[in-house]
Amino acid sequence: MQRLKWSERIGQSLNAIVLGLLAVAMFFPLYYVFVVSFTDPGEYLQKKIVLFPQRWSAEAYTYLLSTPAFARSLGNSAFLATVGTVCSLAVSSSLAYALSQKRFYFRKVLMFLIVLTILFSPGIIPNYLLVRELGLINNIWALILPALANGWTVLLMKNFFDSLPAEISEAASIDGCSAIRTWYTIVLPLSMPALAAFGLFFAVGYWNQFFAALLYLNDSAKWPIQVLLQNMLLNASNIDLVAPGQQMETPPTEMLKMAAIIVAIMPVLVVYPFIQKHFAKGAMVGSVKG
Amino acid sequence: MSVTEQHLSTHKGKQTSSKRNKRTKWLSALRRDRSLYLLALPGILFFLVFKYIPMWGIVIAFQDYSPFRGIQGSEWVGLQHFTTLFANPDFALLFRNTLAISLLNLILFFPFPILISLGLNELRNVTYKRLIQTVIYMPHFLSWVIIAGLTLLLFAKGTGLVNELFVLWGWPRVDILTNPDSFWIMVTLQAMWKEAGWGTIVFLAAMASVDTQLYEAARMDGAGRLRQIWHITLPAIRSVIIVLLILRLGDIMEVGFEQIFLMYNGAVSEVAEVFDTYVYRTGIEQGDFSYSTAVGLFKSVVGLVLVVVANRLVKRMGQEGVY
Repeated sequence: MQRLKWSERIGQSLNAIVLGLLAVAMFFPLYYVFVVSFTDPGEYLQKKIVLFPQRWSAEAYTYLLSTPAFARSLGNSAFLATVGTVCSLAVSSSLAYALSQKRFYFRKVLMFLIVLTILFSPGIIPNYLLVRELGLINNIWALILPALANGWTVLLMKNFFDSLPAEISEAASIDGCSAIRTWYTIVLPLSMPALAAFGLFFAVGYWNQFFAALLYLNDSAKWPIQVLLQNMLLNASNIDLVAPGQQMETPPTEMLKMAAIIVAIMPVLVVYPFIQKHFAKGAMVGSVKG
Repeated sequence: MSVTEQHLSTHKGKQTSSKRNKRTKWLSALRRDRSLYLLALPGILFFLVFKYIPMWGIVIAFQDYSPFRGIQGSEWVGLQHFTTLFANPDFALLFRNTLAISLLNLILFFPFPILISLGLNELRNVTYKRLIQTVIYMPHFLSWVIIAGLTLLLFAKGTGLVNELFVLWGWPRVDILTNPDSFWIMVTLQAMWKEAGWGTIVFLAAMASVDTQLYEAARMDGAGRLRQIWHITLPAIRSVIIVLLILRLGDIMEVGFEQIFLMYNGAVSEVAEVFDTYVYRTGIEQGDFSYSTAVGLFKSVVGLVLVVVANRLVKRMGQEGVY
């Protein structure tokens, strides 16, 4: 390593400190919510500000998870995220792979039509009317079907498949492999890192889906976690959150809210480290020209 | 038959035969690679149904759409809904709010990830760099509901952490979330908190592709870090900056809908109502489908025009555009 001038060393330390502070600022809200949610309710009520609790407690969590509404919405979101992600990956990657094949006759037209959907959106109402016409109101599939694919992902996936050597597909087809079989048995296994990244994006998208659920699901039994959270956090309605037949004292609302936030981000937090090394690459595939 | 006629007729004949040729061509292509087209079918059906049928649904902006009569049976009213919108005093308000939030985004938010990337790029300690990246990418994966909830828990006037701290220090409580004066800056800061870290990915990638010899050469010539950043790093990411800037310009009519929707409250409605929230309120809540579709269409068309114009400008400047 080359010797650095003093001014440069000071500059570098300053830079490192500023970035560190930035990271702290971004991390702090999550830390605070995490810590308070695990604080003893009595201590929180007494102090109001808890940066590090004297007495830890999981009371807010046991209460929250014992309420049927919360548990049910978690289940709904888990269904959405798993089934939705698998379906999305299947539909998007099959189309993207087909479009990456030079012999696909309508390639250019289809690509143009897909790009057009990125540039122009018809707005909320026509989409709403379509879902209603399809009879999907109050049906969880209303959150999956319209979100199966999107122009950006298909383009990015196509670019990824373009980067695979064409010889693979050619060799397979010479050996008598159909395109579907090539896609399923050869191309997809080869694309695992990319699929993991795209899968994470889809999964997070489904897990975080809020507005579609608000539009299409009136029945609170079908609500995913985000809509329940909105009601809990922002509408201040705790009507649904009554644990049945329990002698438990209700923990302070603020603590319940914080526990709910932590539960809702837990799946993302758990998956995140495993996929982190892939996603930067996945997000990059084709997103920068040249 | 005159010569020209003859010429025309043979020309015509050629055209039809080439048309027929074309048809058999794609038919035989379909037959040859049945499996390939079958593979694309679900995706194509998806785009047709969920992207193109709604585009066709836009026609109700020019109708007095009645859900009972459907698009076929509803009455045509031409541009009536658009004139209603432009004459509506709300229109200026919607425009002002949308533009204000977008411009704040452009001025404050847009340069922020670039600055962070420049800083991250200068970090020598790889572990430290990765740690910071892991932390600042994280908020990107949180939903707006959670972020709005966090904001409330931190800044609410009654029980928010910030105000509790103020009370502890003997300061008066401040009203941030139901205060029209702070709404715009609040949502901008929120968006920065959520997305700035994520925004660094593209810039860092562009910076990683810079030839390190350039830095060494600059060093030899006596350039300090700042000069190297100015003359090497920044030019290296210029094209990325321009492309993203165009995308942002095209999105000027687009302010994070869920974010605004969730942060919306009666006290700030004057500054918080943007085109999308207005469409939701008039369309879904009041059931005025045609009018709200017209509002949405106006917004989308302006957005489309902005992208196309910005892209053309950039190309005229000799840069590579988005498409």
